[in-house]
Amino acid sequence: MRKVLVLFAHPAHRHSVVNNAMGKVAQGLDNVTFADLYGEYPRMKIDIDREQVRLAEHDALVFQFPLMWYSTPSILKEWQDLVLEYGYAYGEGGDRLKDMPFLPVVSAGGPQTAYHPDGFNNFDLRTFLAPLEQTANLCKMRFMPPFVLFGALKAPGDTRLETHLGAYRDLLIALRDETFDFDKTSEMDELAHDRLPIRKGARR
Amino acid sequence: MSTFLFQAFVYLTAAVIAVPVAKRLGLGSVLGYLIAGIVIGPLIGLVGAETRDIQHFAEFGVVMMLFLVGLELEPRSLWAMRHRLIGLGGLQVGMTTTAIGAAAFAMGQPWSVALAIGLVFSLSSTAIVLQTLNEKGLMKSDGGQAGFSVLLFQDIAVIPMLALIPLLALPELVELLSHSADHAGGHGEQISLIDGLPGWQVAIVTLLAVATVVVGGHYLSRPLFRFIATAKLREVFTAAALLLVIGIALLMTLVGLSPALGTFLAGVVLANSEFRHELESDIDPFKGLLLGLFFITVGAGINFVALIDGFGTIIALTLGLMLVKGLVLLSLSFVFKLGGSDRWLFALGLAQAGEFGFVLLSFTVQNGVIPQAVSETLLLVVALSMLLTPLVFICFDRLILPRINARQSREADMIDEKGTVIIAGTGRFGQIVNRMLRGNGYETVVLDLSAETVSLMSVFGIKAFYGDASRPDLLHAAGLAEARMLVVAIDDKERTVEIVKHARRDRPDIHIVARAHDRTQVYSLYAAGANDIIRETFDSAVRAGRSALEGFGIHPYEAEKIATAFVAGDQRMIRDMADAYDPDILPHENQEWVKKAREYSEATGVAMAGVRNPDRSAIDRAWMPPGKRPEEEPG
Repeated sequence: MRKVLVLFAHPAHRHSVVNNAMGKVAQGLDNVTFADLYGEYPRMKIDIDREQVRLAEHDALVFQFPLMWYSTPSILKEWQDLVLEYGYAYGEGGDRLKDMPFLPVVSAGGPQTAYHPDGFNNFDLRTFLAPLEQTANLCKMRFMPPFVLFGALKAPGDTRLETHLGAYRDLLIALRDETFDFDKTSEMDELAHDRLPIRKGARR
Repeated sequence: MSTFLFQAFVYLTAAVIAVPVAKRLGLGSVLGYLIAGIVIGPLIGLVGAETRDIQHFAEFGVVMMLFLVGLELEPRSLWAMRHRLIGLGGLQVGMTTTAIGAAAFAMGQPWSVALAIGLVFSLSSTAIVLQTLNEKGLMKSDGGQAGFSVLLFQDIAVIPMLALIPLLALPELVELLSHSADHAGGHGEQISLIDGLPGWQVAIVTLLAVATVVVGGHYLSRPLFRFIATAKLREVFTAAALLLVIGIALLMTLVGLSPALGTFLAGVVLANSEFRHELESDIDPFKGLLLGLFFITVGAGINFVALIDGFGTIIALTLGLMLVKGLVLLSLSFVFKLGGSDRWLFALGLAQAGEFGFVLLSFTVQNGVIPQAVSETLLLVVALSMLLTPLVFICFDRLILPRINARQSREADMIDEKGTVIIAGTGRFGQIVNRMLRGNGYETVVLDLSAETVSLMSVFGIKAFYGDASRPDLLHAAGLAEARMLVVAIDDKERTVEIVKHARRDRPDIHIVARAHDRTQVYSLYAAGANDIIRETFDSAVRAGRSALEGFGIHPYEAEKIATAFVAGDQRMIRDMADAYDPDILPHENQEWVKKAREYSEATGVAMAGVRNPDRSAIDRAWMPPGKRPEEEPG
């Protein structure tokens, strides 16, 4: 069993429906730590030592965030800048995060069709997340395809939100209980409620 | 009634005119009062013999002053003073009595008269010295503390003196007195708790009285004051404060102790009480008025006819007295290691005779110790020496201080570090600035008015120097000419502005960070030329507000945004108002300033009335999802 750390970043809780609901899902699971980075560091003063200790206590890392200007909210970038130190996460002796699964959980305002070379946003979502992917690679982490809710602004209106929340729950449990099938992810661009490679039954 | 009104009118007029003029001329309030007294008394004769009675009444100001001094002094600091109190005070009284007595004996007085004169003149003027030290902000200086120790000891010493003096009576004078005693009888009748009691009972009653003050002050005063405070009537609290002081003075008189000593003790006991500042502000005006009255009566009581008759002798005696007292004090300052300007402050400040001299002199005459004629001359010497004291303080300020400071900076001994940063004031505020600068490799020179703080900081290896940073000479000695930055962190509003003005005039290029007490002071400091003006409680208040918002369940990051927006809005307003502020016009007479103030208060009122607070727009706009507008958001 893995202990899962969810680092959540949303600068405006008041505007959040999807991410707040997803946060409740994560908070309700055993052995899943949910950390609201803007709540813990409202003045952006991230405690490097504390974060590295927290990483050491967990076996899987999740970034949960709304896509903002095709990237993470700024505090997640700040977190990477400060916590992923040379000699700790990468470089000489920097192997503390080696083999740790890394999962981006993203909500995007636009529909899936917009995130396409022919679409409104001109690029795939994976392309926008390339910095995260390469960061994970450099840290020798196991980058997982992002778990995405497209059209997130309109999701609360229909049943998509409920489906997404259920899938998020399943995904976190699979990650925790080591039933997530990493082998099947190589050909997947994104994870979604209908694309979750979870093995039936516990492996152990 | 009309006589009373007339007298009050004369005294108040004299004070109201003379004191501000004296202050403006840099002479200090004490000299102002004394001059006022001389003018209304000997010069134009508006007041006469009644001054003696008023003086006895006004001496109560000294009692109140010692209560206030006690309030400033925690029991711990009093205990720390014990060596000076007994050693320095005892030696001063002993040596001065011996020296003056010997001089009087050499001038042909019998030994008993000479001894009595020595005792009378060993005392200094608590009223003048403490008032002047307070006014100059030198009370906490090393010299000021030493002077205070001696004055306190003298106050205690008066009691055994009163017991001793009757034993020195001259037989022929007693004979003379007993003839006239009949028609003067019944005059000195006093209530006493200890008359006719055997010695051990006197001791018990005395101890009980002191214990009453200490224990009562510690345990009873708080519930009592709390109870009175719940009435929410300011005058009742003032009455209670007066009652406390008068009650203790009465109790002390009844058991034959010094009332000043008793109230001082009560003050020390209450120094830790939460009512300390309230008591202070209640008693302070009474003290000020009574002391002022006292100084006026000293001036008014000078017998000019007698003074002119024996002018040469009296002047010579006065100067001789001050010289002898000054030399004794100076020699003690070496023994007790007072250095630099503290030594001279101590030696010159206490060189006069004091108000207890009046009391003791009339007491000696009553008991037939000193002949009437001699005591007349001595009274003049006491008064004249008190009159000269403010002048001596002026000499100290103008002649001695500049020289000592000049020597200090040349010797580079007292202030041997020309830091890149001068920090004036190392209380709770300055210490933090100092630690942050030092911790990051910046050299600092620290100035503070509290000798205790300075020595404490020195223990921790921080270069700290005692001194009043509002004195230009001290700022220069600290290296104002070469410093890159000045941090003014003292809590005295006027002085902060003074320091900033001076530093800016002297060094147009220096960076000045100034601590402001409140919003209004921000404007004066802005006008004075400070670069960064930090309100001392603003940031912590904002943090408290932010915590309160978080306590209501508002997300910490949202609360942080609100706090940031609030600070920005407040600073915008302050900057705008500061531009309209004119230090030469009172704010409420400044049309433009008033107009702006009104605009801002209306804006706040609108916000409170439920209309959108302009400070909020930045918060509401932040991270607004596409397609939405701030107006659509609830609250």
